[in-house]
Amino acid sequence: MDALEILFTASFWVAAIRIASPLIFATMGELICERAGVLNLGIEGIMTAGAFAGWFTVYSGGDLWAGVLVAALVGALFGLLHATLTVPLGLSQHVVGIGVTLLATSLTYFTYRLVLPEVTSPPKIEPFQPLAVPGLSEIPVVGEALFTQTPLTYLAFVSVAAVAWILYRTPVGLAVRAAGENPSAVEAQGISVTGIRMGAVAVGSALMAVGGAFLTISAFNSFFFQMINGRGWICIALVVFGSWRPGKALIGAILFAAFDAYQVRLQQISGGIVPYQVFLMMPYALSILALILVARRATYPKALMIPYQKGER
Amino acid sequence: MAVAGEELPSVDSDHDLPGRERSLPATPLPVTAVSSTPALRLSGISKRFGPLRANDAISFELKRGEVIALLGENGAGKTTLMNILFGHYVADEGTVEAFGKPLPPGDPRAALDAGIGMVHQHFTLADNMTVQENIALGTQSLWRMRLNRAAARRRIEQLSADFGLTVDPAATVATLSVGERQRVEILKALYREARILILDEPTAVLTPAETDALFRTLKLLVAKGLSIIFISHKLHEVMAVSDRVLVLRSGQLVGERDTASTDRKELAALMVGQEVKSAKVSPMKRGAPLLALERVSTAPYNGSGLDEVSLTLTAGEITGLAGVAGNGQAVLAALIAGIRRQVRGNISIAGQDVADWSPRAALAHGVARIPEDRHAIGSIGDMSVTENVIAERYRSPRFSRMGFLNWKASRQFAEKLIADYEVKCPSPEARIRLLSGGNMQKLILGRALDPDPTVILASQPTRGLDVGAVAYVHRMLLEARDRGAAVLLISEDLEEVLALSDRIIVMSKGRLSTPSSRGERSIRELGELMAGHSGEHSDHAA
Amino acid sequence: MRLEPKPAPSLAVTLTFPLAAIATTLFLTSMLVLAAGASPLSVFYLVAKGAAGSQFALVETLTRATPLIFTGLAIAVAFRAKLWNIGAEAQLYIGGVVTVVLGTGALPLPSVILIPVIMIAAMAAGAALLLGPAVLKTRFGVDEVVTTLLLNFIVLLFVSMLLEGVLKDPMGLGWPQSQKVIAEAQLPRIIQGKRLHYGFVIAIVSAVFVWLVMKKTVLGYEMRAVGHNPEGARFVGILVNRTLMKTALLSGGLAALAGFSEVSGLKGNLTLDLSPGYGYSGIVVAMLAMLNPLGVIASAIFVAGIFVGADAMSRAAKVPSYIADVMVATSLLTMVVAILLTRYRIKWR
Repeated sequence: MDALEILFTASFWVAAIRIASPLIFATMGELICERAGVLNLGIEGIMTAGAFAGWFTVYSGGDLWAGVLVAALVGALFGLLHATLTVPLGLSQHVVGIGVTLLATSLTYFTYRLVLPEVTSPPKIEPFQPLAVPGLSEIPVVGEALFTQTPLTYLAFVSVAAVAWILYRTPVGLAVRAAGENPSAVEAQGISVTGIRMGAVAVGSALMAVGGAFLTISAFNSFFFQMINGRGWICIALVVFGSWRPGKALIGAILFAAFDAYQVRLQQISGGIVPYQVFLMMPYALSILALILVARRATYPKALMIPYQKGER
Repeated sequence: MAVAGEELPSVDSDHDLPGRERSLPATPLPVTAVSSTPALRLSGISKRFGPLRANDAISFELKRGEVIALLGENGAGKTTLMNILFGHYVADEGTVEAFGKPLPPGDPRAALDAGIGMVHQHFTLADNMTVQENIALGTQSLWRMRLNRAAARRRIEQLSADFGLTVDPAATVATLSVGERQRVEILKALYREARILILDEPTAVLTPAETDALFRTLKLLVAKGLSIIFISHKLHEVMAVSDRVLVLRSGQLVGERDTASTDRKELAALMVGQEVKSAKVSPMKRGAPLLALERVSTAPYNGSGLDEVSLTLTAGEITGLAGVAGNGQAVLAALIAGIRRQVRGNISIAGQDVADWSPRAALAHGVARIPEDRHAIGSIGDMSVTENVIAERYRSPRFSRMGFLNWKASRQFAEKLIADYEVKCPSPEARIRLLSGGNMQKLILGRALDPDPTVILASQPTRGLDVGAVAYVHRMLLEARDRGAAVLLISEDLEEVLALSDRIIVMSKGRLSTPSSRGERSIRELGELMAGHSGEHSDHAA
Repeated sequence: MRLEPKPAPSLAVTLTFPLAAIATTLFLTSMLVLAAGASPLSVFYLVAKGAAGSQFALVETLTRATPLIFTGLAIAVAFRAKLWNIGAEAQLYIGGVVTVVLGTGALPLPSVILIPVIMIAAMAAGAALLLGPAVLKTRFGVDEVVTTLLLNFIVLLFVSMLLEGVLKDPMGLGWPQSQKVIAEAQLPRIIQGKRLHYGFVIAIVSAVFVWLVMKKTVLGYEMRAVGHNPEGARFVGILVNRTLMKTALLSGGLAALAGFSEVSGLKGNLTLDLSPGYGYSGIVVAMLAMLNPLGVIASAIFVAGIFVGADAMSRAAKVPSYIADVMVATSLLTMVVAILLTRYRIKWR
């Protein structure tokens, strides 16, 4: 197949949307945190924990949706840990974020080994199945790509709409955006900055964990070590790339996933002339490139990474 | 609307009035009670920050429909008191009552619900949101699924019209002028139906014309029954707006006067606590020109940029630069300090053009810098006093050799400054963050003046200092001038500029007025220049 | 709740804070041990015994501490200047690559020349690798956390490419591994027949060197000033960007030495499992040491001891050895809280 033809096949776009789904969840999660003024570098570990929690719930007999819920709860717990250290205590968001990633990852591996001490190959579960939307899925390419996905992918798109609505159309969204820009504006209106920020980090982390769970209970059917593989860090780049706006971040995630799906296919048709590692490097290199391109004109939430104490102006 | 005693218009159920739904109607008053319970009663408020008594047993009442001025020097405890009242801080002792009901401590929400609105000195607005969003923030239950935008907009427009607070609800705050932002702050309070309005130094950032507009708005508010606390250290404003004046000094309430039966002189004496002694100024001995800017323009920074500014600083002379904040003083200071670059124009030192201007170049050319913000720029809070005092000269042979620092000499230098400048500080090893503002400023002053500079840039050198420290800083600047240094004093405090300067220049919209010598222009004339009313901007060397 | 700055406590009191953090960590992780159905006391005893209970255990712990001292120093230096280098893992691997490129016979030199040459080349490569993110930070304002993290993945793929390509050992039976370095490029063992090698000595010397730089030199002063308050540093004439570049060079170079020392002193060749995350553990090492270079030696030995001890323990008790990673991560978080409490007191009203 020709390298260009790939772009017009439905199967390519189906794969791209599938690859985008976990990124969409996690990017929305990170976006909420950063809009409230907290950089959450726990994302990589929280996604790992979510991937395991979701999978293990289903593996031990739970419903698939119960898996999603448990993953979200686990994510929220790690989010609360992160928020407790960075919001009221004002500790370095860099160090705490890395610490939460290390902790969530190691706890996940520890638990995995604890509950499955003997297994050599990862046990499988019955994951979410694709659910074609009648009518819409029959539209060539676009319809197929968007509407023959699993329910969890549809939920990812719903989460973008929900985050956008909440940030721009609800009272709590106003408070979140103000907390990331000028926390004293929030406090002066009688709202607790600490509460808003901690809540945002908890909810954002829950979304990250669902993004992780997507991998184990929708895209694949088992949990293995290192399966997040830098996706969390890529999502941080996607938030910057999307200028902290849900819609733009969604487009970024889909573009990125399309590129990822494309390099896999290019790899197949390149016939081994170029080492496969070069293709695998591309998503990471692309993320760095994207950051360089937008960094100059990026308008960060002004209070991002700046701790706030009550009564401080 | 939003006024005590008035009936609220009834609204149909899906159009509930934003701002009302959570704040209970702030104690709808039975008309008979009006005269008996005061709007606000503070009893025995005390607050300590470490050894500092910010507030010491302060009690007073605010009557309904009254304007109280809270007068005091910087650091007298005015802002702390208001922060306690508003719930940002919790008092160590004492209680606050609003309309006869005790206010729970440490809860801004409760203060808002009791009808207290506060216009902070530093605006509490989110720049990334619209005026309307900023006003609506927190007025609806957080967990509603949608904002009530149409109703909110109508109400804001109504309030704007009623009180002369013109501002576009759809504008993003980042695009607003300082005056407009302040109107948004007042609208925030009115939107919540505040019946007590506290304004913390509201005129610091306003031009005289904007100040007048603010005073007109305040009169309208009082006419509608609001009570107002007006915090200021400017005597003429206090005389102009208030019914009653409370004077705060070193955390204590030292005087209470009816405005009608007092005068500025008495208030000034109360505020300062002793006979107001202006620093003794010896006759000027003007020397050679030392630092000159020639038609310098810059990009905007903290307000306006510079627009073709020419300025010469002469040995033995204090040049005072007056002006309303945000008119380019900050960028002029940053430029001379070496941390900003000009887009066009030249800087010369003693007649020699300097091409590479930087902090290092400034220091090498004998320019001492006292920055506006001693915490963010002037010091490195988590480093020791020793490490801070050598910061401008750590590369000199005195403090380092072959890349190695001489800690012994550094410590001795710190000890010398601590002794010479009467700095209260536990040890040279203490983190400078732990020092009071006045002591920190003394160290910065010592660091800058010790190498015997020829040019001194003093940017807001006394902001936030107590009276003693202010007098000290003034004396140091005058002594440096008498030694033959050229001093540029940039200050928003007109009285300070008038007291110290041999020559006064007013800055407005990034341009300089023609200079006037000591006593040449009246305060009123300077005020007009500050507002940019006069067309006479100098294009040539000042 | 408010935080109020307080005077720095005495050195003796300061030293109790890491101990308190470790005690808290042990308490928290004992919950997991209980969940695994084992007794915390016996598990911690087994960890301690496995880490320091015999000459073999001690040697193993010090061997494992060696790369951690290097990465811990790299992080301590960078974090002092608030340059968030999370890419020590990548810099370590680049150091390893340079070691096998130069050490497998390309340079026929005697040991006394070859080893310094390799060290300098490895440091240069690691420094260059971190210089990229540092330039992106200073020139374009790109957050270095994300770029250094992403570079970890890129570099690992790059190493994988090399090990399946130009650096592949033809005798390696198809495994992605490099040839062994020649004898002249190997660091000698400190004790004959034991795994501990002179890389450990180089690590100690490096720690003392970094301590001197941070404490006594103009550069160290500039780095600390930039880390605490870049605006203030710029105001007094410190060249902030240049200082960050120098920091990046020093930090990247130190991390690369970890890779050099592992290949040249211990493994002999380069594989994809040269480092089980030393670059990330280095963050914990540096924070436990409160970014003090001499403290890094102690905290690296402590962290290495947990890993070595947990390996031994998991063979005896039925507790997964990942308990070590949990303990290390937990101690990072308890430590940052402890450091906070040395500088601020928490007031509840």
